[in-house]
Amino acid sequence: MDWIYEPWPWYVSGPMIALVMFLLLMVGKNFGMSSNLRTLCTICGAGKKSDFFRFDWKAQRWNLIVVLGAIIGGFIGSHFMTTDAAVAINPDTVATLNELGFSSAGKAYLPTELFDMNALTDIKSILLLTVGGILVGFGTRYAGGCTSGHAISGLSNLQLPSLIAVVGFFIGGLVMIHLIFPLLF
Amino acid sequence: MRTLAYLFIGIIFGITMFKSEAASWFRIYEMFKFESFHMYGIIGSTVIIGIILVQLIKRVPIKSFYGETIQLPPKAKSFSRYMIGGILFGLGWALAGACPGPMFTLVGVGYVPIIVVIIASIFGTFLYGLMKDRLPH
Repeated sequence: MDWIYEPWPWYVSGPMIALVMFLLLMVGKNFGMSSNLRTLCTICGAGKKSDFFRFDWKAQRWNLIVVLGAIIGGFIGSHFMTTDAAVAINPDTVATLNELGFSSAGKAYLPTELFDMNALTDIKSILLLTVGGILVGFGTRYAGGCTSGHAISGLSNLQLPSLIAVVGFFIGGLVMIHLIFPLLF
Repeated sequence: MRTLAYLFIGIIFGITMFKSEAASWFRIYEMFKFESFHMYGIIGSTVIIGIILVQLIKRVPIKSFYGETIQLPPKAKSFSRYMIGGILFGLGWALAGACPGPMFTLVGVGYVPIIVVIIASIFGTFLYGLMKDRLPH
């Protein structure tokens, strides 16, 4: 039974994500996680500032329940299905990250430099997490979807707009890692 | 009943995001470095199976579990919003190492600083709502 504690290979993970998308279709919904960020804006009262947030958020309650499930799933996956959470990335990647100052590469699930409790008292870490978050939130709504809505739901439905968005995701990611990271770290 | 179904699907999704390591900042970095097949295998196999399932739903009249017709809304045609929005999203995805699904999964794992990313992404969505009418779409 030790296999249950091991990370899932891609050929298990991919079909499982496809199953999640299929199950959501079968209960009459569409897989897309970033809409929740808009719903949360509306719940916080953003409708006072922009029409974009004036909609009946209760119609999106189902998706917030999926989010609650995703939180619980993270708890179950890490506490009951994992003994060693260290992510075995490519040794070359580990070496590059070590040079950039990420000493936790290959030894942790997330870089301790950004996601440890100590990161909350480090101005640079907070700043990077904040800028990253703002870009994700702004970009995903501008593009009308994120990895789940475009890369998975959209591409599965052969939508050209989703392909354009996914190309954009990759351009942005490559620019960040290859051009901006050397300036930041 | 339906609420329980959404919760159950969410839990499967959360477990999958964690166990697949798609919620790991390191995996996202490694993907953009082209130093592993892992993330490409995940996205690729999801999309291939997804295409088959969606074609099946369209060709065979499959109804939802509740007997309703399954809706697959097409995305509105445009270039600039998808490309510019996509690039901005990609910049943030690589920096924060989390997209809008996994960021919630990581809360369940117990990473407190990810809450900074979530609050910032809600704020980013709010900024988009304010600027929406002045942006090219």
